[in-house]
Amino acid sequence: MSPPLIELRGITKTYGKGDAAFQALRGINLTINQGDFVAVMGPSGSGKSTLMNLLGCLDTPSSGEYLYEKIAVETLNADQRSLLRRHALGFIFQGFNLLARTSALENVELPMIYRGISTSERQRLASEALDTVGLLTKLSNTPAELSGGQQQRVAIARAIVTSPSTLLADEPTGNLDSKTTGEIMRLLARLNSERGITILLVTHEDEVAAYARRTIHVRDGLIASDESKP
Amino acid sequence: MLGNAFHIALREIRRNLMRAFLTVLGVIIGVAAVITMVTLGQGTTQAVKNQISSLGSNLVMIRPGMGFGPRASSAGVPNFIQSDVEALQNQIYGIAAIAPVSSSNLSTIYRQNARSTSITGTTPAYFGINNWTLADGRLFDETDLRNGAAVCVIGDTAKTELFGTENPVGKLIRIGKTATASSASSTTEEAAPYSSSFQVIGVLTAKGQSGMGNQDDTIIVPLAALQRRLTGRSSSRDISQITLSAKEGADSDRLITDITSLLRARRNLDRNEDNDFNVFDTRQIAETLSSSTKMMTMLLAAVAGVSLLVGGIGIMNIMLVSVTERTREIGIRLAIGARAREVLLQFLVEAITLSSVGGIAGILIAFGLCVGLSRLIQVPFLFDLKINLIAFFFSAAIGIVFGFAPARRAASLDPIDALRHE
Repeated sequence: MSPPLIELRGITKTYGKGDAAFQALRGINLTINQGDFVAVMGPSGSGKSTLMNLLGCLDTPSSGEYLYEKIAVETLNADQRSLLRRHALGFIFQGFNLLARTSALENVELPMIYRGISTSERQRLASEALDTVGLLTKLSNTPAELSGGQQQRVAIARAIVTSPSTLLADEPTGNLDSKTTGEIMRLLARLNSERGITILLVTHEDEVAAYARRTIHVRDGLIASDESKP
Repeated sequence: MLGNAFHIALREIRRNLMRAFLTVLGVIIGVAAVITMVTLGQGTTQAVKNQISSLGSNLVMIRPGMGFGPRASSAGVPNFIQSDVEALQNQIYGIAAIAPVSSSNLSTIYRQNARSTSITGTTPAYFGINNWTLADGRLFDETDLRNGAAVCVIGDTAKTELFGTENPVGKLIRIGKTATASSASSTTEEAAPYSSSFQVIGVLTAKGQSGMGNQDDTIIVPLAALQRRLTGRSSSRDISQITLSAKEGADSDRLITDITSLLRARRNLDRNEDNDFNVFDTRQIAETLSSSTKMMTMLLAAVAGVSLLVGGIGIMNIMLVSVTERTREIGIRLAIGARAREVLLQFLVEAITLSSVGGIAGILIAFGLCVGLSRLIQVPFLFDLKINLIAFFFSAAIGIVFGFAPARRAASLDPIDALRHE
């Protein structure tokens, strides 16, 4: 068996100081393998989003070890974490986080600019990614001209255009209706099965979690259960 | 990396044209206002300087009266006499030329045109001392002076008012008390017992408006002609001013002291009596005038400083208003793998581009305004590179600091905090 993609050992995260301190994570141990499709569930305030942000190197843990492909992430500085995000991670957010007044094509091109890919290659790859998410006809539309589901598909295209090994999705369907939710989840499941992209998904909906092969429940900053489908 | 930053920065500017325009506008207002104010202020100062130098260099004026400036009084103070002038010429070292002046406001008539003009009776030396040059005709000479010839040399304003576009040389004008003129005369006009016709023999080159009043509204006649034909004063104590030019390199303080003590003796003033006359040179006039222009320049600089501040606050507001949106943008860029320094470089390039465009536009607009306005208020246009650079770099600095500082703060956050910025 290949070594694990992600290994967390005794991760804690504390917000604030002194009496006002709040411990969002109280010692998380977790192993995620290449090609997993993991749903992280839990009530609000349980620490599931905090866990996701730490996994995505968007936030830094207070203590504990985080190994990503054997790299000790907690020892990296901000620039090195940026480079890890650039080359290995893709993000999908509940609020989409697309650049306003910017066309779908340009939004998808964005991560490739920082990778130094040439303009023509960028446009080819971005169009391809938008084709994958079924938005080839909306290349020049800005976020304001797209529906919520379409905006999230642009965000997915932006996340996968650099072929990351891991896709992190924080409540990607939280702002979408059930029909669009189904479309987005089928798209993610397809990316997982066809491309072998490891997907970590935060949700509080059972229907969404049902698409994943492994479900982790987080409660009060600790992992309460960890179940894999047979 | 720099190429990328340029690429992204220019794209962001294009995408947010309104924001870019408002930022640029702030810089334009700041730069254009400062440059225009200071340039016009310097032009005005130069105009005053030009007029002072048109009075003549090394010029010394002696006038009867107590005090100098606003508290001056000439009431009841005796004028000078011809022998005073001769005594000064013979006994004081350092005088290059000297001329007595007797002036009266009298009516002047040419055909239908009548007006009150300052008539100056003097000697030919007067023209040289006061830097007068001829535009047309000739000046009167010693022969005209001795004979009391009825000839006159007129200033540019007097020429225009009396003759319009007509060539005045050789024409006769009537000077003095006349029925038509006195009925329309102003209160400043003095009653001349006589009137006489004078032939215009020369026209003076215009000196222009100055802080000293309009020097061009004048008619100059030989002193003897004024005394014999117009004022008819039996007393020879009718010299209201003595002008003289100092020799090159003469100590003007020493000269003024010598003149003062000689005249005190000739006017029989006791040791404890104040001077009943004033001796002052162009330097003193220049000091009086330049203290007021200095004040004006300071006022203009203050106004300009306020405009720079207003422009700066405008830039600041636009930058701060957009900080939420921009902080989220920074969060997005960091999340997809941009390094903080790449994002900062982009913001720096954006701020520098907008500030430079605004600064250059401001300089161009200021140039246009200065050319137009300096023509309108008739001052010379002096291009001052220094103030252009100062205004440009100051505004650019404000634009860059306030464009860059919020970005710096945002980029130092954890990406998730930047993304969640409200």
